[in-house]
Amino acid sequence: MTAVQEKQTAAPSARPEVRRRRLKKPSVGAVIVYVAAAALAVLWLLPLLWALSTSFKVETEASLGQDIHWIPQDWSLEGYKTLFERGDHLTWMINSTIVSTIVTVLTLVLCVSAAYGFSRFEFPGKKIIFGAIIAGLMVPGQALIIPLFDLVNDLHLAGTYWGLALPQVVAPVMVFILKRFFDAIPRDYEEAAKLDGAGHLRVLWNVILPLSGPIMAAVGIFTFIGSWNNFLWPLLVATDPSMMTLPVGLGVVSGGYGLFYAQNMAAAILGALPLLIVFLIFQKQIVKGVAGVGLK
Amino acid sequence: MTVNTEAPAAPAAMTRPPTPNGAKKQQWAGLWFVLPFAAFYALFLVWPTFLGLYYSFTDKSLTGRPASWVGLENWAEAFGDERAWAALGNTAEFTLYSTPPLVVLAIVFALLVNRARKLGWFLRMAFFAPFVVPVSVVTMIWIWIYQPDGGLLNHYLQLLGIQDAAAPTLWLQDKNTAMWSVVVTTVWWTMGFNFLLYLAALQTIDPNVYEAASIDGASWWRQLWHLTLPLLKRTTALVIVLQLIASLRIFDQMYLMTGGGPDRATEVAIHYIYISGFEGYRIGYASALSYVLFILILIISIFQFRLFSRKED
Repeated sequence: MTAVQEKQTAAPSARPEVRRRRLKKPSVGAVIVYVAAAALAVLWLLPLLWALSTSFKVETEASLGQDIHWIPQDWSLEGYKTLFERGDHLTWMINSTIVSTIVTVLTLVLCVSAAYGFSRFEFPGKKIIFGAIIAGLMVPGQALIIPLFDLVNDLHLAGTYWGLALPQVVAPVMVFILKRFFDAIPRDYEEAAKLDGAGHLRVLWNVILPLSGPIMAAVGIFTFIGSWNNFLWPLLVATDPSMMTLPVGLGVVSGGYGLFYAQNMAAAILGALPLLIVFLIFQKQIVKGVAGVGLK
Repeated sequence: MTVNTEAPAAPAAMTRPPTPNGAKKQQWAGLWFVLPFAAFYALFLVWPTFLGLYYSFTDKSLTGRPASWVGLENWAEAFGDERAWAALGNTAEFTLYSTPPLVVLAIVFALLVNRARKLGWFLRMAFFAPFVVPVSVVTMIWIWIYQPDGGLLNHYLQLLGIQDAAAPTLWLQDKNTAMWSVVVTTVWWTMGFNFLLYLAALQTIDPNVYEAASIDGASWWRQLWHLTLPLLKRTTALVIVLQLIASLRIFDQMYLMTGGGPDRATEVAIHYIYISGFEGYRIGYASALSYVLFILILIISIFQFRLFSRKED
């Protein structure tokens, strides 16, 4: 708003100058925008900060009915210590890592291969298969839990890592995204490689994949986050606490620990941490990836 | 989850005269690349889809006794099942409450962040971070904030004199507030995704558009109302459709925060399917219920699909 008003006085071609001027003399409007944005951001982070603060308290201070202290009066790692002594949190973390890794690797391998096949070849039944996969974009996984559960039982995969992971691997949307990306890669490079005698697999590995780094990263990160945070499917398949993933273990088992709030919030913080770290590392790719949904 | 598809721009179309022999060889190679995914797809998506339809016509049970064909019995029961309708009603209620704030807040936050570019990194992180937190962590934190006696929310409401300390609000245990409490938690959790969609859309708007408008003397409010919001129309349509689909599938938060209570006030469609199938052991009946939901989601998805394909044109 204020920027717009200021631009009025400056020549349209001198945008950098306008920006510098704005820096020197911030208008009232700009200050309001910054203060409001910062205040909302802090407000938005409060639940996480409150959990963080509580996780460092001793149980007596954390328990209900006490005064609210945002800064612990008596800093303590008691909550985290008890959590590690109990040990199940670590088990769930390992389970989640294993399952999400299987899902991510398999999704990447299967979807890249399929997308390459659809992008570069003509073969009998291609249209039908591709059409069927696109139709799958509209099938809601949650509505399939009953027959899927039955199927996984029949395959004797219930309560195993494979039973947790395999049904999550089918991601038509990723095939669709990758195919569209591959379609846009010029074929010159492949022709050159083929003239050198490279087979299809070599072309995919040496030519296509090196050009597809960002998209592979985005597909991989989103698959990993989606799988890590999946709740309903692991809730059905992993009934034994030793096979539970982190969200299920935290929700079903830790929820029952009741009144130990410091310990509970320590579990929450540790539960949030892995993906928050992934998010901070890959922030650029994730933001771009979400943005792509709307810009496509 | 679409991702940026910047590939090196394609040069002039390749003209490659296909030799009959080479073309034929290529054909089968393509099938081999597609086959592994297609096999998974057939096993874990196509097959369950039809299996579910079949089960909906049987009295199949989780106890494992042999199932027999019951025709349309399950479907007839589903359409007459008051609890199922109530669950759908609760799902609709949740959608109705959660969609407006998820749209409006996302727009407001995106407009702010788009102006406050210098804080961009911090603001993006603050608003989006909750989205990557697992649902059970979100609910653990919020259940505690909502604790009637000494929880953060009631503490501040009492401090402000809005609430009587002797009669604290039972946010999750009261029929009148339970749904709203879950909605607030959900908005906090998922708003960041919509926010990023809007922010990306805002950043593609050509600044010259605003320059022209302000030269014409359009006020800030008029520019927002007549320029920015119309330019965000497509994004809003997308957000609303995605929101509808996500809302119909809602389950996790209710299961973890209220267990569908109190008095089934927050029991949603998937939860009732879960209860019928895994607590009532009635796979056949749960399958029929699933299919009703499936069809509802399908209708909205087709709408979404058309939205996407129209843009491809």
